[in-house]
Amino acid sequence: MIEIKDLHKSYKMGSNSLHVLKGINFSVEDGELVAIMGSSGSGKSTLLNILGMLDEADEGEYTLDNVPIKNLSETKAAQYRNKFLGFVFQSFNLINYKSAMENVALPLYYQRVARKERTEKALQYLERVGLREWATHLPSELSGGQKQRVAIARAMAAEPKVLLADEPTGALDSTTSYEVMDLIQKINDEGNTILVVTHEEDIAHMCKRIVHLKDGVIVEDKKVKQVRAAEYVQ
Amino acid sequence: MKQLFDGNTWQEIFQSIRKNKLRTFLTMIGVFVGIYIYIGLSGASKGLDNGFERQFETIAKNSLFAWGQRTSIPYAGFKTGRQIQLKLGDVEVLYNRVPEIETIAPRNVKGIFGSNPGIITRGLKSGNYAVYGDFPDFADIATKKIYDGGRFINDEDIEQARKVCVIGERTQKELFEEDEDPIGGYIRIDNIYFQVVGVHKFTPGGGFESDSDIYIPFATFKKLYNTGDNVSWLTIAAYDDADVVKVEEDIKATLRSIHNVSPKDERAFGSFNLGEIFNKIMGFSSGMTFLSLIVGIACILAGVIGIGNILLISVKERTKELGVRRALGATPSEVRNQIIIEALTLTLLAGIIGIIFGALTLKIIDALTKGGDFPYANPTVPIPYVIGSLLLMVVLGVLIGLIPAQRAVSIRPIDALREE
Repeated sequence: MIEIKDLHKSYKMGSNSLHVLKGINFSVEDGELVAIMGSSGSGKSTLLNILGMLDEADEGEYTLDNVPIKNLSETKAAQYRNKFLGFVFQSFNLINYKSAMENVALPLYYQRVARKERTEKALQYLERVGLREWATHLPSELSGGQKQRVAIARAMAAEPKVLLADEPTGALDSTTSYEVMDLIQKINDEGNTILVVTHEEDIAHMCKRIVHLKDGVIVEDKKVKQVRAAEYVQ
Repeated sequence: MKQLFDGNTWQEIFQSIRKNKLRTFLTMIGVFVGIYIYIGLSGASKGLDNGFERQFETIAKNSLFAWGQRTSIPYAGFKTGRQIQLKLGDVEVLYNRVPEIETIAPRNVKGIFGSNPGIITRGLKSGNYAVYGDFPDFADIATKKIYDGGRFINDEDIEQARKVCVIGERTQKELFEEDEDPIGGYIRIDNIYFQVVGVHKFTPGGGFESDSDIYIPFATFKKLYNTGDNVSWLTIAAYDDADVVKVEEDIKATLRSIHNVSPKDERAFGSFNLGEIFNKIMGFSSGMTFLSLIVGIACILAGVIGIGNILLISVKERTKELGVRRALGATPSEVRNQIIIEALTLTLLAGIIGIIFGALTLKIIDALTKGGDFPYANPTVPIPYVIGSLLLMVVLGVLIGLIPAQRAVSIRPIDALREE
């Protein structure tokens, strides 16, 4: 699904440049649930941004679903993002004047799906995250966990190849974190490929594979026995 | 372009407009006020325009009056201070020498300028009214509205020096009973019987005329008051395309040569150039129209710039939202178009509301000034002006929308989404 070879990225900070990714090689198979771990500054967010086509690597190859991702125009990148990727952010990033349902329907809008079908699909995905009855509520009327579930529903609505979650539990307490992870695990169980960036050990262990990043290189890449979040959720 | 005709786009736009009420309100108020002022001003100036037109509708717009006065320069053996008397024969000479003249109507009068008015009697009723000796041509220069059933003086009346007269509304009221038809009736003017052939409707238009004036044929006046070929003054209408100031000069020059007056004598003939005054007023009023156009456009411009300004701030405020949209698959052109269409929609919406309110205001002003002496009538804004202003708003709205739209596109999604 994802193929990365010798990926380099550096940022210019005034006169000196900061080498963030120093040759990353890794691949993700279909249906995997991968945790990318590392302390702050290890380059994990940069890696995720490059994977999410929000940023471009200086060097190296990136193939997503057999499509080489290289020198994309903004328009092309937007289309690929829409088609291939679903994003879940730490701070949810819901549009505050749109109801939960409209938020979920937004990626479908950019796919030019008709309004009726959009609504139907959005409600269906809200149902899956257990928030069907909250469809008409604004984000400000939802709790943090609910917001993140709406965000996950939104990411899933476009039926992406890969779900990219950047610290999805970073702004949540542990109970809600487990609820969200439970949801992510269930989505993964259905065969979806998911990448989770986190710095929390327990969250990482709820994935099937942990990739450790340190100072821009992968120091560890291991399969783990998945801890089911459901065990912590009543 | 495709985006413009997509219902989904409009849903997005209207949602964004509806959900940001304060922003929408603040944005629109600038353009609203701009177009409101534009409509109000140009309507008002048009109303003033119409008002002046109405004031002058009873008289030819390029007419002037000329009369004899005393000379101020000795000439050709005549001493200074000689009273000049216009003669009927002057008319022919003027026609020949000043080709711009369309019509000349010589008039004689008794009852104004210090002469005694005629004593008019009918049975036991009597009154003093000004009596004019007129040619039919006079009706071509100053429109006299004659009530149904009557007529103005005609050529036959002149030829035969008929004793007929046209009386004023007030004269009718004072000499005839209310249910009496004055047409065909007889009145005595200075003891001579005259048959009434018409009643003229008085229209206020300034000058010395009133609703009691009596018009009789020039030839009859001549016999009645023994005025010979004397003429009190000439009422002259020039052709529409003539320069009235030049015509006035030519007429005076001609009169000077007829009456042996020094070509340099400015005081021998008096004149009143209605056309010149009319042109001045019209110039003032078209100046007003121009001014209102400039002010209105400036107001619209200011309003539209306000929209751009607020949208620019709102784009900054919505950085994160736009970043999310980009991450979810909005292309740069979709984001750009959304902002432009938002700007355009706000501009047009505000503009249309402004036009409606402007029109209502004009209607109210019209209702308040109706029937008054104030020269103000039927304030309207020509449709091309309204459409023009709408087009201007569309163009400006799009142009001004480009600035925030470009800003929105230049935000990279990764920067927009960066935490904190």
